[in-house]
Amino acid sequence: MLNIALPKGRLGDKVYDLFEKAGFECPSIRENNRKLIFENPDLGVRYFWVKPSDVAIYVERGAADLGVAGKDILLEYEPDVYELLDLKLGRCRMCVAGPADFRDDPSRTLRVATKFSHITEKYYHGIGRSIDRIHLNGSIELAPILGLSDVIVDIVETGTTLRENHLAVLETIVPISARLIANKASFQFLSGEIEKIRAGLKEQTEAEA
Amino acid sequence: MQVLPDLMGREEKAVYALRSLYHSHGYKPYKMSKFEEYELYLRNKDFLISDSILTFTDPAGRLMALKPDVTLSIVKNLREGGLQRLYYHENVYRVPKGSQEAKEIMQVGLECIGDVDAYCEYEVLYLAVRSLALLGQPFVLSLSHLGIVRSVIECCGFTGSDAQSVLSWIGEKNVHELTEFCIAHGIDERSMNALTFLVRTYGPIGEVLPALRDGIGDFVEKTELDAFIQLGEALSETPYSGSVRIDFSVMNDIRYYNGLVFQGYLRNIPDGILSGGQYDLLMEKMGKSSRALGFAVYLDLLERLEKSGETMDADVLVLYGKDTPLNLVREEVDRQTADGRSVIALKEIPEGIRCRETVRIDGERRAPNA
Repeated sequence: MLNIALPKGRLGDKVYDLFEKAGFECPSIRENNRKLIFENPDLGVRYFWVKPSDVAIYVERGAADLGVAGKDILLEYEPDVYELLDLKLGRCRMCVAGPADFRDDPSRTLRVATKFSHITEKYYHGIGRSIDRIHLNGSIELAPILGLSDVIVDIVETGTTLRENHLAVLETIVPISARLIANKASFQFLSGEIEKIRAGLKEQTEAEA
Repeated sequence: MQVLPDLMGREEKAVYALRSLYHSHGYKPYKMSKFEEYELYLRNKDFLISDSILTFTDPAGRLMALKPDVTLSIVKNLREGGLQRLYYHENVYRVPKGSQEAKEIMQVGLECIGDVDAYCEYEVLYLAVRSLALLGQPFVLSLSHLGIVRSVIECCGFTGSDAQSVLSWIGEKNVHELTEFCIAHGIDERSMNALTFLVRTYGPIGEVLPALRDGIGDFVEKTELDAFIQLGEALSETPYSGSVRIDFSVMNDIRYYNGLVFQGYLRNIPDGILSGGQYDLLMEKMGKSSRALGFAVYLDLLERLEKSGETMDADVLVLYGKDTPLNLVREEVDRQTADGRSVIALKEIPEGIRCRETVRIDGERRAPNA
């Protein structure tokens, strides 16, 4: 039986649709109940929903053999897992954003608010820019408006929130989308089953592209 | 002194079995201090798995560290010459990723240092496989060769941070980003196929070996590839060939490791329990000319195989009263232990105790935990 961790929410629904179309359906997951785990013993799959940022932990620690996590989470936490496929769902960008007329003054330390501390530090270290990183857990866009930071590093999907608050994308750091990940030890013993799922999802992903 | 096997935990049994295995192949025990001067680790920080090192100042004012690694100590203290086969059973101290708390990790392992030849390489791999087999679970040993992987990457024209990115994608089995990167850098199709071959090709040695010359033969020195194939063929003739796989996603730091690298897995343990490789570059960095390879088995991971709550506190709980004469209690305990059972004698049943059987001192027997 393959344990598969899916991210809760809108993205998770799309991800499960993809698994279903690829032939790994589990009808009980569509039932309206309070069950936490859904199994299809005939196909040897067991699904469970977890918080999107926790999927990588479930997979890295072997509670799930497979999972679907955003590239943002993989870059931020760098879990020791295999990244088997880009599902091309939940596409967005990790960006530096700030006031539309912002001009960086290299003689000053740049104040950057973000909830992606590791990605932010790695990005600015890579371009040799000294920063004062301010870790926030939400409402990141508020920081430059209230003067808490000069810029932010955050996920941008459509850019509507930024525009409505007179902010703009200043730099794109990396494109983001949902990725199929696997526990390294599970892969050694279940590579046949995992490869079947990867191939099925790849076919669907390419068909929908 | 006779030690009852039942009294030994899974880890202890493994230690005895592994030491005996290494001893049978001429490896000598190597004992070292728990501490090393911090400078040793500072100079070789990238070689260590854990970033954090536990330090203290000794009475002479030297900054010391609880050793986070065994190999560095062995290499540092090694006198070069000939071939040395060593094994160890030591605890190391590491801070796991994302944790603020240090962990004591029990390791058993071996190092083969000096004039290492093809037989030595085979022997170390064979002992790694035998080590996994001794742990009593289905297992897999995944084998790669960093020299081969590096040759393919360099032959495709990648160096520096680009080569490092390519290595990471091979380690993640990440074909999509590797392919995008190759296309963005205008890499020709033949080179791209060789790189993606390293990601896509894995499996039992018997299946992968025949594909290697066609897949990457043009990108690797013939002697290097032939030696790897010869080694694989030797392993495929052992009774464990079905459990040995070639998988180029097995990685280690290329600043220290240059040849064989391998990782062992046991079913139901979500991490690699054995890790090893050839570290001639570390030897060079530490001013030694010898070649070296070895591996470590992380025995602390064996506790993942124990299901919590299934163990008993003793076979028999002997219950006696407030006024029961000591002789009667003693006789009952002697009778039970003479039959090879473990006994706990108590006046009342404490909460949460688990015994297979309860015996009241008057001889009345009751159901477990009654």
